This record gives sequence, C-alpha cells and structure tokens, in this order.
Amino acid sequence: MDNLQKLEAQSVYIFREAYREFKNLAMLWSIGKDSTVLLWLARKAFFGNVPFPLVHIDTSYKIPEMIEYRNQLVKDWNLNLIVGQNKKAIIGKQTFPDGNVDRLTCCKLLKSTALNKSLSGEWSRLKFDHHTDQFIEDPNNESYTGVIVGVRADEEGSRSKERYFSPRDKNYDWDVGDQPPELWNQFKTDFEPNSHIRIHPLLDWTELNIWEYIERENIPTIPLYFDNGRGKRYRSLGCYPCTSPVDSESKNVGEIIEELKSGKFANIAERSGRAQDTDGGGTLEILRREGYM
Amino acid sequence: MQQHRMNIVIAGHVDHGKSTLIGRLLVDTNSLPEGKLEQVKRLCEKNSKPFEYAFLLDSLQDEQSHGITIDTTRIFFKSKLREYIIIDAPGHIEFLKNMVSGAARAEAAILLIDAHEGVAENSKRHAYMMSFLGIKQIAVAINKMDLVGYSEEKYLQIKNEYEKFLEKIGIEPVAFVPTAAREGVNLNSLSEKIKWYKGKTLLEIINSFSKKDVILESPFRMYAQGVYKFAGHNNKRRTIAGTINSGSISVGDEIIFYPSGKKSKVLSIEEFYKPPKNIAVVGEAIGLTLTEELYIPQTELICKINEPQPKLTNRFKASIFWMGKKPLSLNKKYKLKIGTQNVSAVIEKIENVLNTSELQYFDNKITVEKHEVALCIVKTDSKTAFDLVHEMEATSRFVLVDNYDISGGGIINENMAEATVIVQQKYSDFEIALNNFIRENFPHWEAKPLGQEG
Ligand SMILES: Nc1nc2c(ncn2[C@@H]2O[C@H](COP(=O)(O)OP(=O)(O)O)[C@@H](O)[C@H]2O)c(=O)[nH]1
Repeated sequence: MDNLQKLEAQSVYIFREAYREFKNLAMLWSIGKDSTVLLWLARKAFFGNVPFPLVHIDTSYKIPEMIEYRNQLVKDWNLNLIVGQNKKAIIGKQTFPDGNVDRLTCCKLLKSTALNKSLSGEWSRLKFDHHTDQFIEDPNNESYTGVIVGVRADEEGSRSKERYFSPRDKNYDWDVGDQPPELWNQFKTDFEPNSHIRIHPLLDWTELNIWEYIERENIPTIPLYFDNGRGKRYRSLGCYPCTSPVDSESKNVGEIIEELKSGKFANIAERSGRAQDTDGGGTLEILRREGYM
Repeated sequence: MQQHRMNIVIAGHVDHGKSTLIGRLLVDTNSLPEGKLEQVKRLCEKNSKPFEYAFLLDSLQDEQSHGITIDTTRIFFKSKLREYIIIDAPGHIEFLKNMVSGAARAEAAILLIDAHEGVAENSKRHAYMMSFLGIKQIAVAINKMDLVGYSEEKYLQIKNEYEKFLEKIGIEPVAFVPTAAREGVNLNSLSEKIKWYKGKTLLEIINSFSKKDVILESPFRMYAQGVYKFAGHNNKRRTIAGTINSGSISVGDEIIFYPSGKKSKVLSIEEFYKPPKNIAVVGEAIGLTLTEELYIPQTELICKINEPQPKLTNRFKASIFWMGKKPLSLNKKYKLKIGTQNVSAVIEKIENVLNTSELQYFDNKITVEKHEVALCIVKTDSKTAFDLVHEMEATSRFVLVDNYDISGGGIINENMAEATVIVQQKYSDFEIALNNFIRENFPHWEAKPLGQEG
C-alpha cells in the first residue's frame, strides 16, 4: 500500500469506529476541499452511503459558488444536510462586514456560537428535504455527541496536538494539557454526560495529500480553487469578506499539486489568505477553544 | 510517485534537547514554512530573549508560557528519501500518557540523552515504554556534546551504561550518535569538532530506518467493525466491515467468527469506488459478504478455518502499563477493549509490579500506581478471542477503561484457561435472528445482545 492508500484506510477505520460507538453522530461540512475529501472517505467507509447528517454552518457570507456546489452534491449523493446559522447576529448586523464588530468577534458569533448552539440542538436547525428540494425545520433537536471534523495536523500549530478522538467539555473547551491516551487504534469513545467528542479522520493528511487524493479519486471540487483566468485562485475557502484569492495560475488539480510540491507554495502556509489568522497571535487557537472547528 | 512516509518518535528527559533537535532538523532540511524562522527570531528580539530552535515548535500559547512540551506534537518533515512525521513526545513524567500516545503510532524511535547530565530515570523509562509498545528500531543520540568538550571518553561511558540497560529490556539500538543539536553537529553533516566519530549523521540514521515488512504469511485476523445493510446499497447483502489486522483473505476462503463460533465462506470483497478484487491484505479497509446470510454480532474477530486459531478464554496473564488517575485495583470492574470488542474485566491477581527505570520487581502489591507496569491475571465476564504477544502482536493488545478514560494498555502473554472448543451454539438461529431484529428496529426497547442479558 502506498502512502495515500494507508491514509485512506486509517481514515475509514476511524469513521467506522465512530459510527459504531456514537448514537448521535454528525459530520461538519465546510464545503472546502478537506471536508469534501472527508465526505468522500465517509462514502468509502460505508460503501457509497453517508449514514449520518452533515452539518453546515452558514454564515451568510460564504462565496455563493460554495452554496451551489453544496446543494448539488447533496442531491447527487443523497446526503442528509443540516444547516445551522446565527440568525440573531446576522439580522442584528453584529458582523464584521456590517462594520459593527472586529473579525475575531464576527468569527465567534457566526461560526463558533452558531456551531455550538446548532450541535447542541439549542437553536433550531434546517434540514434539506429531498422530496421538495426545500429546507424545512429539522424535527430532531437532540444534541450530537460525536462530531466528525476535517482538521489536519499540518494546518497550524495547535492542530498538531490533536487526537483522533478528542473530548470537549460542556463549555466546548478543549484541554490540551490533559488529553486522553490513544494507543493501538483504541480511542476515547466513553464520555461524561454533557460532554462530546470531536473525531478527526484527516489528522495525518497534509494539504498535498488532500490534492493528490482528489486527483486519484477524481473527487468533484469547486472551480474557485482554480485560476479564474485572471491569475487568481482560492487556496482555502471561507467567508468572502475575509478570504482572498492568492496569485496562482494553476488551472487544475495536477497543476496545484505541482505548485505545492515544487512551486512557489512549497513553503508557504496554507491559511496565509485568511485574514483572521493574522489578527494578533494565536487567533486560531482562541477560536478553537471557543469551539470553532 | 507517492513518497513513503514514516512515523518517528523522539523521546528524552525534559531539557535534554528534543525540541532543539527537531527545530534544527527542520531548518537544516529546509522543511519550515517560508518566513517562519525569521518570524520567530523577530519575536525573540522583540521580547528580548535569546533565540531557541525549540521556539519553532512551541506554537501553542500554553507551551510558550511554561516552556515545556506537554503534549505530543506531530511535525511533518522531508528528507531527500522520504517524508516523516516526527512525534515530539513530552519528557516530563506527568505527561507519560501523552508520550505513550505518540510513541504507539511510531515505527522507529530516537532516544535523546544529555551528555552532560547522563542517563536519567526518564531515559530508562522511555526506553522501556518503547519496547513495551513494540517499537523495534531505536537509535540513541547523545546530545549537548559541546558541554563535555566533545569528549569521546564521556560519550563511550554513557553509551556503555545505556547499552547495558537496553540489553536487559531486549532492545538492540541500530545506532548511537554523538550530537550537539543547538550547534547542528552531526545532524545533517559530520562535524570537524568531533573527528573521532566515524559513523553516520543523525539524518542518515533516520533515513536508514526500514519500513516494517508486511508479513502476508501470518494467519488472517480481522476485527469486524460493524455489519452494514444500508438502504440503497447496490448489494443487498449484509457487508461486514473491517480493517485487516494481519494476513490476507481471498474470495472463497472459509472463515470462522469469534467468539460466536459461526462459520461461513467469503462471497466477495467489497470496496467503494475501486476495481473488484479477489484478495485483500493486512492494512486494507474492506467489506466482506458471505455465501450464507448469517446473523453475527457487530464486532467479532474473523479468522480463516484452515489456519492457526486464536485463543478463546476468559482468563489470561498480561503486562499492563497503568496511566489512570486512580490506581489499578483488584476486583474492580473495568471495561476492556480489545480490537473492536468490549468486555467487562477484573484484575484477579497482581503477580508483580515493575519499576520501569530501575527494573526492580515488587511482589504482594494490591494496586498498581500511575506509570507502573504490572504482570496481572485478568478475568473477563465473557470469553474473548485474542492471540499471545509473541505469536501475533496485532491481536494481543488491549486497553482498560476506568470510568470514562482509557487508563491502561496491556499485552497478553499467556492464556490461563483451557482453550474452549466450540461444539454448540447456545441459542438457535431463530432466537438470534429475533434478538437482532428487535435490537435493530426497536432500539428503544433496549434489548441486550444474546448472552449479555442481565
Ligand atoms: N549546549 C547545548 N545546549 C543545547 C543543545 N541542544 C539543546 N540545548 C539547550 O537545552 C535547553 C533545552 O532544550 P529543549 O530542546 O527545549 O529540550 P526538550 O525539553 O528536550 O525539548 C535549551 O536551552 C537548548 O538551547 C546542545 O546541543 N548543546
């Protein structure tokens, strides 16, 4: 088995453990390349099925193509899509694009808070109805106890310390100093009431591995990742007010791989196009403690 | 071409220079993101503290404030030969459980010793844990050679002392190398400062670690992770999902399930979005369909009928490494997880407790404290299938869960009960089918699997 095959097999193993051990399991889907690879791996694990809901947090500032692509895959692959949103903040204009809060607060409100309240079931969630192609209120308001997330250890400092199965307490806090041991493919699957577990099947993947896998498996990706003809492409997708494209002429997956391997991105961090990461040290770490991813 | 990747753990007592060594390796092999080194250097200047290579790793706020590594960090780095994930394991005794998590994933290890301080208690403890976890390839770097004037005599003295210890626990290191991580000595290239050393650089040693050979001749073992039947799945049959723990399986093979004792034959090997295949080997994540539709529990151990069989008993002897908040105690119920199976277990007897740095045994103990290793007799509520560690590693390891936490790791050395030959099923197929039907369709009745009721 080559490296990608091994990574795939380990991710599939984690998916299947999670599916057996957690009654209320969900997967976060941010529509980006990582969570789409994650989705593909779920289909690998369950032979073409995705037997749990996908939760997408809609900040209302996502690049429109992302939402289009999301809805298309939901139909094509018959996915159970759940959408959560911080309606209050959006209606009350408590956002950075509205000029009322800084970037970090905006991320907290539209992502962390929306995510936590949606996962816990405190806020109502929307569900895609495959019969009518419309969103309806999700009748289920139970909280999810297992949440699958597509973080990678190479993304950024704090993530390199994650476990495959990582507990969060009832305040969504992650205690980096006191993490459960993980050995011989045995994971933390027992948890106290009111706490939940984040599950990370992509932990050992790098950005390059993600693209190599997308190429090998022919996974459909959003065109935003490719040169739009004006020498710009997105390397990482987020909200349009805070994510800018990078200069690059890569027009397809193969060219992106070349660029990552030997080209100009070989040694530049992926999230360099994300403004909130540079707003003071440790921003992502703070967001993370707050529950954002 | 896909590059190979290898997981390597670096362990050593706190302050012996692990983070510096890794930071330096990253710089010397050009594996750092552009601008990172400059950024960290600038930050040091701003805060008027001297630059340390270790800062490159201390990206977490927690760590920067305390200045010690508290949890394992995965660092990606590349040599000309292949890709590595370096696992930086914390040296502090308090964080031994984190070290174990890191090391359990590794294929090879580098143990680091401060030449000035010599072999520390943790240097021994870590080595013992490596051997416990089954890591076979170990190299030893004797670091901070600059502090002892690059003395060959000092180097040999530490090497001999440590070698003797390692021999006792069955480790034969692939190499020893004198280094000065901060000065970059003998990491990427040999140094003038240490002419008497004619061996390999640390990087060469790392590149010479070999990938674990895939042994296809081992008997087939696979812990089922679940039995799936999804609506909309093209194949109407139940699919048994799992990752092959050892050996290989082919279409047409006769297989047996443990502990139920059910038998069947492989009809097909299932994977999604891959060409069909007739054989699958260790490491692959697959699905199996059977020629006869059997009702089997979700998590049986699958073996081939014509190969050596696993043990199936409720009593065995194991070495247990304890890392729980509370000590491991006799006659208390723990959840034992082996492969994908869970059973309830008690420690019937503690034969002895080992202090892992002094290698001293203590008898007559009734508890095992955190960070101790004990030889115990374990009794499980129901029969469990496993192999012995010297026969087959993959199916001889378990963890113990206390309360909600994984608190111990164990390896099974000896079967303590007569192996059971399965002659008869306890329940009829109808009873089993009914039970399965109820559990699948009426989960709120909370019916237990057969054999576990009450
Ligand atoms: N003199 C000398 N000091 C070193 C060397 N390697 C590391 N150090 C210093 O030892 C201290 C501890 O190193 P660090 O890498 O943080 O140790 P860790 O706790 O094992 O990760 C730091 O102040 C380093 O600068 C070396 O080769 N020579």
